[in-house]
Amino acid sequence: MTPLVEVRGLRYRYDDGTLALDGVDFQLWPGETVALLGPNGSGKTTFVHHLNGLLRGPGFVSVCGLEVNGRNLAQIRRRVGLVFQDSDEQLFMPTVLEDVAFGPLNLGRASAAALAAATAALAQVGMAHAAGKAPYHLSAGEKKRVALAGVLAMDPEILVLDEPTTFLDPPARRHLLDLLGRLPQAKILVTHEPHLARALASRALFFTAGRIVADGPVAAILTRFGWDPAAGETAELGR
Amino acid sequence: MHHAVIDRWSRQESVLHARDARAKVVVLLAFLVALGTTPRLTAPLAAAYLGLVIAAVAAARLPAPGVLLRASVVLPFAAAVGLASALAGHAARSADLVARSYISAAAALVLISTTPLPKLLDGLESLGAPRFLTLVGQFLYRYLFVVSEQAQHMRLAALSRASQSSPRRLRFRAAAGALATLFARSHARAEGIHQAMLARGFSGRIAPAAPSRLRPADVLFLAAGVLAAAALRLLPLAVAR
Repeated sequence: MTPLVEVRGLRYRYDDGTLALDGVDFQLWPGETVALLGPNGSGKTTFVHHLNGLLRGPGFVSVCGLEVNGRNLAQIRRRVGLVFQDSDEQLFMPTVLEDVAFGPLNLGRASAAALAAATAALAQVGMAHAAGKAPYHLSAGEKKRVALAGVLAMDPEILVLDEPTTFLDPPARRHLLDLLGRLPQAKILVTHEPHLARALASRALFFTAGRIVADGPVAAILTRFGWDPAAGETAELGR
Repeated sequence: MHHAVIDRWSRQESVLHARDARAKVVVLLAFLVALGTTPRLTAPLAAAYLGLVIAAVAAARLPAPGVLLRASVVLPFAAAVGLASALAGHAARSADLVARSYISAAAALVLISTTPLPKLLDGLESLGAPRFLTLVGQFLYRYLFVVSEQAQHMRLAALSRASQSSPRRLRFRAAAGALATLFARSHARAEGIHQAMLARGFSGRIAPAAPSRLRPADVLFLAAGVLAAAALRLLPLAVAR
């Protein structure tokens, strides 16, 4: 079986000299949901931005058999749907429907097809009623669902969700969790939420200082690094 | 956000909102050329031009007082130039200048109040405006909201820790610092928005969800608008004869 995502020896240094990724190797398999855990600034978001070609550093990254490079960017971006942590950065068009149609239109779809894809994606996330609203009039949970619809409308094979439950109240969090659980795509979750990782992911990676220092079942990783609320003081980072 | 009144107006429904952006732009240009080239803007003529604008406001079902009040934003600038003209001994020209500026602003406001900006920019592009300019317009439009939102958040945060009794000097320093922070935060936010756009395949052009199509009603509107502007322009000549 071919991995959906394959990363080998990925490194990335920001302009200010910060080494954000220091030799990352990673594989994502079809149907898999992987949680990326780790402290703030450990390189998780930098890493996922490489999967969509937003950042490009030395090393090898391929998505669905396509190497991430300048020539393949359009195809890569159709295949990898990246949902940003802050929905306000993602929703910029005047109406919800126009925003969700933005991706399909960029893929070169005809207006009617793009609007149909946008309408279907909004229905999929339960936001069809908000199609004509301005995004800034939505609640945080609604914005998150619309942002998700914005990438679903592009029919991606992989969903990358950066801190999907940030700013959400418990009901909105539950709603999003149900929704994500029903989506068939392979998923990569960047999260600080043990509950989210446990509910959706079968595997977890732990990032520290730009490296993946552990890869294994979610429960084992959470316990090992003290991210399981029950593990507490005996955990590796708590010592 | 509370400042987006014109944006909200532009998304209402009316016979004028339904017209193609290109037709509206051409009619506005014809109107502005007619107004600008009218040799002497007498009071009845100014009233006729303004009347046409008010008729458009009514057709668009926009609140006339709101539109006319917002158009007065140009008055301080026009008045400053008018004052200089008056001081130079051209009082009549001064009033003429202020009237033309105000009517022009009101007419332009009708256009942007009946056409969502993305459609307007798309219309301008298809009329031959450089793509670079329309792209800058699109980003300006989006980031205006971003900066405004950031400013509102910072204002609330500042208010929550300030009091009216704070020394004026302290408040001024805080405002100056806030301005710098606002710039830095807005820049970071704009970077984030740009990244999010790239992630969804943005490659330099925001395609409109519903491409504009010139319909017979648009052509009729275009013809009527240009004729009305021409009629107003020729009116003084006809009266003179």
